[in-house]
Amino acid sequence: MSEPAREPVLVLDEVHKSFGATAALTSGGITVEAGSIHALVGENGAGKSTMVKIVAGVHRRDGGVFRFQGDDVDFSSTAEAKAAGIAVIYQEPTLFPDLSVAENLFMGRQPLKPGRRVDRAAMYEQSEVLFQRLGVHLDPRRIARGLSIADQQIIEIAKAISLDAALLVMDEPTAALSGVEVDRLFAVARGLRDEGRALVFISHRFEEIFALCDTVTVLRDGAYVATQAIADTNRGEIVAQMVGREVGELFPKTPAPIGDTVLRVERLNSTGAFHDVSFEVRAGEIVGIAGLVGAGRSEIARAVFGVDGYDSGSVHLNGEAIPMRDPRASIKAGMAFVPEDRRLQGLITDGSIARNIASVIRRGLAKVGFLTSRSELRAADEWAARLHVKTHALDMPATTMSGGNQQKTVLAKWLATEPSLLIVDEPTRGIDVGTKAEVHRLLSDLAGQGIAIVMISSELSEVLGMADRVLVVCEGRITADIDRDQATPEAVMRAATQLHHTEAGA
Amino acid sequence: MKNAVSDLLRSRELAVALVLIAAVVLTALKSESFVFSADGWRNLLVTPSMLVILAVGQAAVIVTRNVDLSVGSVLGLTAYMTGRIFIEAPGTPIIAVVLAAIGLGAVLGLVNGVIVAVAKVPALVITLGTLYIYRGVFLTWAGSDRINASDLPDDFLALGNKQIASIPVLSIVALLVLIAVGYYLYSTRGGREMYAIGSDPDAARLYGLPVTRRVIGAFVLSGALAGLAGVVYAARYGTVSSGAGLGIELEAVGAAVIGGVAIFGGSGTVWGAAIGAALLVTINRALPVVGISDFWQRAVVGGLILAAIVLDRVLALHRERRLSIERDTRSLA
Amino acid sequence: MTSLNFRAHARPAWRRLLFTREAAVIAILAAVLLYANLAVSNFDSPLTMYYLFLDVTPLLLIALPLTMVIVTGEIDLSVASVVGLSSVLVGVLYAHAGMPMWTAALTAIAVGAVCGSLNGFLVAYVGLPSLAVTIGTLALYRGVAIGLLGTEAVTDFPETWTDLAKTRIVEGGSLPLVLVPIAVLAAATAWLLHFSPFGRGVYEVGLGREAAHFTGVNVERTKFLLFVLTGAVSALAGVYFTLRYGSARGDNAYGLELQVIAAVLLGGVSIFGGRGALHGPIAGVLLIGAVSSAMRLEGQTVNAINIVIGVLLVASVVATPVLNRVAAERAARKPKRKE
Repeated sequence: MSEPAREPVLVLDEVHKSFGATAALTSGGITVEAGSIHALVGENGAGKSTMVKIVAGVHRRDGGVFRFQGDDVDFSSTAEAKAAGIAVIYQEPTLFPDLSVAENLFMGRQPLKPGRRVDRAAMYEQSEVLFQRLGVHLDPRRIARGLSIADQQIIEIAKAISLDAALLVMDEPTAALSGVEVDRLFAVARGLRDEGRALVFISHRFEEIFALCDTVTVLRDGAYVATQAIADTNRGEIVAQMVGREVGELFPKTPAPIGDTVLRVERLNSTGAFHDVSFEVRAGEIVGIAGLVGAGRSEIARAVFGVDGYDSGSVHLNGEAIPMRDPRASIKAGMAFVPEDRRLQGLITDGSIARNIASVIRRGLAKVGFLTSRSELRAADEWAARLHVKTHALDMPATTMSGGNQQKTVLAKWLATEPSLLIVDEPTRGIDVGTKAEVHRLLSDLAGQGIAIVMISSELSEVLGMADRVLVVCEGRITADIDRDQATPEAVMRAATQLHHTEAGA
Repeated sequence: MKNAVSDLLRSRELAVALVLIAAVVLTALKSESFVFSADGWRNLLVTPSMLVILAVGQAAVIVTRNVDLSVGSVLGLTAYMTGRIFIEAPGTPIIAVVLAAIGLGAVLGLVNGVIVAVAKVPALVITLGTLYIYRGVFLTWAGSDRINASDLPDDFLALGNKQIASIPVLSIVALLVLIAVGYYLYSTRGGREMYAIGSDPDAARLYGLPVTRRVIGAFVLSGALAGLAGVVYAARYGTVSSGAGLGIELEAVGAAVIGGVAIFGGSGTVWGAAIGAALLVTINRALPVVGISDFWQRAVVGGLILAAIVLDRVLALHRERRLSIERDTRSLA
Repeated sequence: MTSLNFRAHARPAWRRLLFTREAAVIAILAAVLLYANLAVSNFDSPLTMYYLFLDVTPLLLIALPLTMVIVTGEIDLSVASVVGLSSVLVGVLYAHAGMPMWTAALTAIAVGAVCGSLNGFLVAYVGLPSLAVTIGTLALYRGVAIGLLGTEAVTDFPETWTDLAKTRIVEGGSLPLVLVPIAVLAAATAWLLHFSPFGRGVYEVGLGREAAHFTGVNVERTKFLLFVLTGAVSALAGVYFTLRYGSARGDNAYGLELQVIAAVLLGGVSIFGGRGALHGPIAGVLLIGAVSSAMRLEGQTVNAINIVIGVLLVASVVATPVLNRVAAERAARKPKRKE
């Protein structure tokens, strides 16, 4: 940073981009200097990912300035962006599962032998070197299928680093990584910065941003808000800029009377996923489940609800044994499950809102074996209204709604079954602050009505704010059961990483 | 040791080759002339060549997560054209006719590829449509006509039986095709990209691979090879009637599946597909020899295809199970 | 529906009915019928209609359950082989084993259901790709059919039965009696797919397998049952085929699978699953039948008909994404509405 007045590596200004009728980005901007690690923050839906995808050549901007290394550019493909010197690590790993780890790293630019033959030996060797630099042990010869999410993410990182790019964009690379892996990644990132490269780092974890970055740019509602040196700002100021107003009470947890045991899980085991899991949830109680991504939290929930099987153990709801791998029996017994992946598991996104809401209760809606759209519409209308779903019409496909409204639709669909146990997996992922508070209030109300709630969340503040009790999962085992008044971030994180070590691959 | 055995089992090409060898040996035990006679030997090698060529092209398409159902119609059309050229322009050099057939096949494949890759519609539907169209063109062109051996020049027909060092020429052609395509898919960047595309087309696009070009390339290859197979058909059988190539597309897909090419792309080799094709053809010929009416050959083919995919599934489940146990033991270590 | 809090439909009813793939196919069918009535001599004779219906009957039968299979995102290529197998079984059981026709026909249909259940088991419970499985069983079932009867044909069926396949509803009319059971079956299928909770599940399996599973739809059983149904109905079509032509042969209905699939896709059912309505494939079958019949009257051979079917199929599939793209571009040019 000592050289004065050098051309910034990346300049975006007043960039806008719409998809159909929705504007994802209205006036995005960022200026990234060489030799710097630049944090890009904003709420879900603020336009970060759209901006990343424009830089990466996935999307083309509708207008605005896009300058890279001093030149005006307009990438129409990811290949062009890559050739120009931009490497991107996406939120979700995008590997080729049938190919070897090394081929995934070098696809399209494999080292060649005479005769333009792919030099596999050299490829494996170079892969080893990359992994050494990252301090991980992965076999370059094994195929990518079956790798853990953390290992997949490490391959993505290795791939991006090996591109030798002038600009490296990392879109939430740490979500699935353990502490040691994060430290290694940061060491590599600092090394790249010291070589004079520019890095953009997107994360929701403020500790990481303050530990790693030197500059921060905030986006809100698709528009640029501010850029500051990390040293000149603080967490509170950034949050205020992100939200654009005073943060009201995000976690309106009201105490509810705790009743009898509703859910009893005993010694549940599933090879490769979780072990010896036992816990109870009582009526009116919100039990939070915390842990790292990939620790087995969702797997436990899925097994309890019955979408997955398990090897041994038992699940009881209101004293009644719940058969294994039979979601319909679980639903009949009074379970409801709002899954982690709204678009893949929670909703039939191409189906209408009405049919989505009526999907679990439709058997009861049929009259003498006839199920009509009219009866589905009526039922859906009632529940959509109760949950304040916003939509143009009930026969619109669910894809047309915002993330928050989609989540409310999922909740409507399950609350229509009038459950005694509600399992919610990442209930507020990817939804705006307003709806987030609405969902929290709703969960609190439901607990007040005597529903037992299991809430899985990666957002520590959400777990600590909402839960009466926190179960921490680490590598498929419950490592702590902490009461609300004793639940601190430190206590939870300690339990979440206590077994963790970094051996990866084989 | 245990690893070596399971590696062997996992090498699908080897497993299918062993089944092929077993079939040949068992049949030869029953009737020596199946292998050890001039005719037996030649037929053993030459009969599979047409399906091998088709299966190689089909495998290349399937690897990219597509399928080409139109190859039977392309084969019929080019076989007919081959005969037509010899009738209309006697004295045309054979090599020119071969190139013309390959060229026509490539053009028909290009049509498939462009529609699939540019309009982004599923290959199954498009090539089902062009299956009808190409066959319709073939039949309209041919009318009630058929090509007879007497229409074809003798040295062209001789190709069907010609041998070099006791290896039939047509087998050599099939082998050369196999080596060339096998080399391309295994050892070049373009070939590896085809696997990547089939493994995850969305990731391939995000990664910036030339998806459209590679998919079109696969279809052109498949069409060109179907064109070549059409010439082989004409040379080998001497007659081309309206039924030429009817239904052979499913045999080509079946051969690839038996040879370990995953129907949803990304894995398998043309070597496997070729051995699968040889197995299909050889079993068909072996059945009557071992005393099973050849009416049952289709049933055996169907059984083989089912056995192959069920075996794949069982092995995959086994592997998954092992991986999750490995993960557990690692986390306890 | 006055008491609703929300608008029920985004588009007025006439637009919802008119701007669909099904409506487009029906319009093309109507145009073809109109043109053929005016321009093709003899097309409007009762005899032409009568034979048109007789000819499309197997297609129509199989298209009903196959539509549901394709809506779940799977495919069944073995249907024509089941037709052949069922035809051979009827012949062998009746003529060789001396069974009464009734029993022979019912046994054949039961075997068809067994064939379908093998497909369904391998696809739904073992989790194999249906394309590969049914290419295998296509060969297997056809192979058993040919294995049982060789190149022989059984032709001595009782006349009361063979006549039944050709009886008209009204003497001298254009409607064959087989249309009655077909209408019943079509109504039952329409109820199952469009007016039953099971049918909603069929669409959900096709649109989002995983979400359907999380909603309590038994994905495996849904697929399995549809394959069984397809097998049984294909066998029923085989019985009809045998009686209609008075001949049981191993190669009966060879290649019919591609025609049925072409008709279903032509009728607007998406090969990816989740989209389509039953009247589309029915119109698709009739369209193929009408085009074939008109062209035949015009002296065209089956060859040119193939070309037309192929072009229709390709055009119908390519049209949707192309039209969508055009619509999207038009929408993008329009000034943005503020929400």
